[in-house]
Amino acid sequence: MHRVYIYERELTFMGFLTYLINGLSLGSVYALIALGYTMVYGIAKMLNFAHGDVIMIGAYLVFMCMSNSGMPAVVSIVISIVCCTALGMIIEKIAYKPLRKATNLAVLITAIGVSYFLQNMALMIFGSNPVSFTSVIKWEGISLAGGNLKITGNAIVTIVTCIVIMVVLMWFVKNTKPGQAMRAVSEDKDAAILMGINVNATISLTFAIGSGLAAVAGALLCSSYPSLTPYTGSMPGIKAFTAAVFGGIGSIPGALIGGLLLGVIEIFAKAYISSQLADAIVFTVLIIVLLVKPTGILGKQIKEKV
Amino acid sequence: MALLEVNNLGISFGGLRAVDEFNLKIEQGELYGLIGPNGAGKTTVFNMLTGIYKPTDGTIFLDGKDVTGKKTAEINKAGVARTFQNIRLFGDQSVLDNVKIGLHNSFEYGTATGIFRLPKFFSTEKKMDKKALELLSVFGLDTMANVLASNLPYGKQRELEIARALATNPKLLLLDEPAAGMNPNETRDLMNTIALIRKEFGVTILLIEHDMKLVSGICEKLTVLNFGRVLAQGETSAVLNDPEVIKAYLGE
Amino acid sequence: MKILEKLKKSTQKIIGPVADTVSKYAKKVITPVVNLYKKLNKPTKKLIRTETVILALFAVVSVMESSGNLTSLMKGLLVPVCAYSLVAVGLNLCVGYLGELSLGHAGFMCVGAFTSALFSRTFQDVIPDVPRFIIALVLGTAVAALFGFLIAIPVLRLSGDYLAIVTLAFGEIIKNVINVLYVGKDSKGLHFSMKDQMSLNMDLDGMMLINGPQGITGTPRQSTFLIAVLLLMLALIVTHNFVHSRTGRAVMAIRDNQIAAETVGLPVTKYKLVAFTLSAAIAGVGGVLYAHNINSLTATTNNFGYNMSIMILVYVVLGGIGNFSGSVIAAVVLTMLPELLRGLSTYRMLIYSIVLIGLMLFNWAPGILKWREAHGLNATAIIGRFKKKEVQ
Repeated sequence: MHRVYIYERELTFMGFLTYLINGLSLGSVYALIALGYTMVYGIAKMLNFAHGDVIMIGAYLVFMCMSNSGMPAVVSIVISIVCCTALGMIIEKIAYKPLRKATNLAVLITAIGVSYFLQNMALMIFGSNPVSFTSVIKWEGISLAGGNLKITGNAIVTIVTCIVIMVVLMWFVKNTKPGQAMRAVSEDKDAAILMGINVNATISLTFAIGSGLAAVAGALLCSSYPSLTPYTGSMPGIKAFTAAVFGGIGSIPGALIGGLLLGVIEIFAKAYISSQLADAIVFTVLIIVLLVKPTGILGKQIKEKV
Repeated sequence: MALLEVNNLGISFGGLRAVDEFNLKIEQGELYGLIGPNGAGKTTVFNMLTGIYKPTDGTIFLDGKDVTGKKTAEINKAGVARTFQNIRLFGDQSVLDNVKIGLHNSFEYGTATGIFRLPKFFSTEKKMDKKALELLSVFGLDTMANVLASNLPYGKQRELEIARALATNPKLLLLDEPAAGMNPNETRDLMNTIALIRKEFGVTILLIEHDMKLVSGICEKLTVLNFGRVLAQGETSAVLNDPEVIKAYLGE
Repeated sequence: MKILEKLKKSTQKIIGPVADTVSKYAKKVITPVVNLYKKLNKPTKKLIRTETVILALFAVVSVMESSGNLTSLMKGLLVPVCAYSLVAVGLNLCVGYLGELSLGHAGFMCVGAFTSALFSRTFQDVIPDVPRFIIALVLGTAVAALFGFLIAIPVLRLSGDYLAIVTLAFGEIIKNVINVLYVGKDSKGLHFSMKDQMSLNMDLDGMMLINGPQGITGTPRQSTFLIAVLLLMLALIVTHNFVHSRTGRAVMAIRDNQIAAETVGLPVTKYKLVAFTLSAAIAGVGGVLYAHNINSLTATTNNFGYNMSIMILVYVVLGGIGNFSGSVIAAVVLTMLPELLRGLSTYRMLIYSIVLIGLMLFNWAPGILKWREAHGLNATAIIGRFKKKEVQ
């Protein structure tokens, strides 16, 4: 009986629209996380495995401020952003910066180590039981088509926030001095040094921005999916990396496109194929993207010089 | 029939025409030089000849066989071996193993034979060791057979790269700036070595070099490349006295 | 006194010749063995030392077990330790010799485990114990190798971070699919479904073999410590022989410099495939051992997912990348230590992560390298064999 009911709902057009909006909302979160990956990958040429776990830390911070200390949502998010920004910079300084001259393998292993460290620290502090996250968005949302299509406040705020951040960031990278330095470093680190750009400061700034955005992403993610555990960040992190590759690593609009596509794919897979296999389907997309077009939709080709 | 015959070879990177209408004919046994200012496209020609870059236009014939656009490994099997401007040794392996890797296709036994240490493993390895040491002794490297390749002094690394290339039993050997970073004494030794290996191994040699003393000393023929195009071609002395060439090298 | 002296003389008369012959024969046997050992090259000597230590440890543990000096906790860990060691040896082949980081080896272990357990369960009443286990072992290894091969074909076109993330994805997909897999057996034969138990449409006498997230229960517990140790020793020999052969040299050449490897005529793709497949197969053997040591086999993040891949990676990194014996030592020490020091086990994962970060910094951070140089600690002493970053 239960299943029949679900199928009827799934097959309606309104159902389709609902899933699409949910997908865009999830995709916006992926896009925000993907920004962190794509900027760091573009500039430091490393896969910051720990980025997903910074999201989790950010979400816990918001949870502690709001639910434990009763602070307003906006204040909680600001505190979380500040702390995550600091965390990102500290991680970069302690774990990644000394490895600038190391092999890719060494850097990757270190990043995995940092990711694991954050997870297990959270596990010791917060325990493995999921905590129930209170949404940072109080707005119920709007109801369209005579009540057949409900759009939650969460979805609207998430999508709008994501787009606003994207536009601001694109403006920042294009028109400000630090932004131009970021582009220069991502293009050619050695040439940037010769031009007098402080590469270390630029990389540090990139980590700061990425981690700050991770805090926002964490709050938004957990507002829609309120069960928060120390492992909350790792899967969305990997998926967001997929999104970053999908859109073209190093490209900010690419992260948006990749994130939205991936979010929609995941929600549709859950709704129309199998909720248990949704992750497997998303990972299959990842594999196909990496194999067929590793440069992504908006990426550039990089070739080894012989 | 020429050993190497290159017709109208060209390659573009994006909108940039790196090499255009490149023609080259090398006879069996010749020692041929490819010279030109920095950025003229010499290494790009080498990369096309060895299949690392796929040429956009033109054909490459080796010993009458079309090897245009073939994979690097296949081109090596057809008889082309090379060295690199920025040395590319297998740094974490011994000098001996570097040469044995070069011998890979001349001495065969399967993966399973190796894992189960069948008799063929021992006999083949013995033969490989012997052959590799023979090759190394040409360069006086046999005494350092067990040293890690990355621990060799710079000049010796260049020689090991040549030894490794020779191990693949090539008809044509491409040397990319073999004397780069060497002092005059080392360069003189290198010239002798190149002459020696040509005689001993009967190999045809095409080399890129900036050291004019080496070029005029050993190359019989030259091609001068400038901005991706052939500027002059022919007997060494004639080419080096060509006013166009002098202009390209020394400026107006 | 006289009696005593007589006794002494007579014993000498009897024992003397015996002792002489013993020592004579011992010399005859031992001297050539020692000479033979001395003639061997360094890596072979190291292999023999490792194998001897493993055998000795096995003997000690066996004696302790039979005399009741082993806690049940330790007893329960004997086979898993060998299984983890095997997977670590497999992963080390991939990381140390192929030069690529795979985060999906837990997936190959999973494939080996489920294939062999499914076989053993299906034919539990049909084939006798010993041949069934041998077939299960071969089958589990072969299917893990097949998965490794199939996955490697697309994956090895990538390298570095992308390869790591794709192998991670494959591992997760394998785990995910197994969790929705339902297999049952009744008089009509085998039934498969990816939905639920009901849609198998089995007869009443049907028996569940794989029950979705509940996995496989009732696998015969045939992995003994002896079998586990023998397989581990075999894997060490196989990897050693592989690495020190024509193919192994080619694999390392490709790792050190792929373009140069191509220009000396090496078929790069072929050898990458061979190495990755072998690496997956060894992980599969670990899976077979693991599956036949527990009653209920499920695929979770901790035993066959990302967490396991990380744990194995810690063994590989701590034991030394490219150092197979090191992987085994690290696996044994890191598994036994937290169990021995009970207080440590809560901090285990945390310690692992610090170990990973710390070792990488120890080997690469310029400040630490300078300090090590000043104190005479060789830079490659602890972790060798890293692909050097190319300087243009």
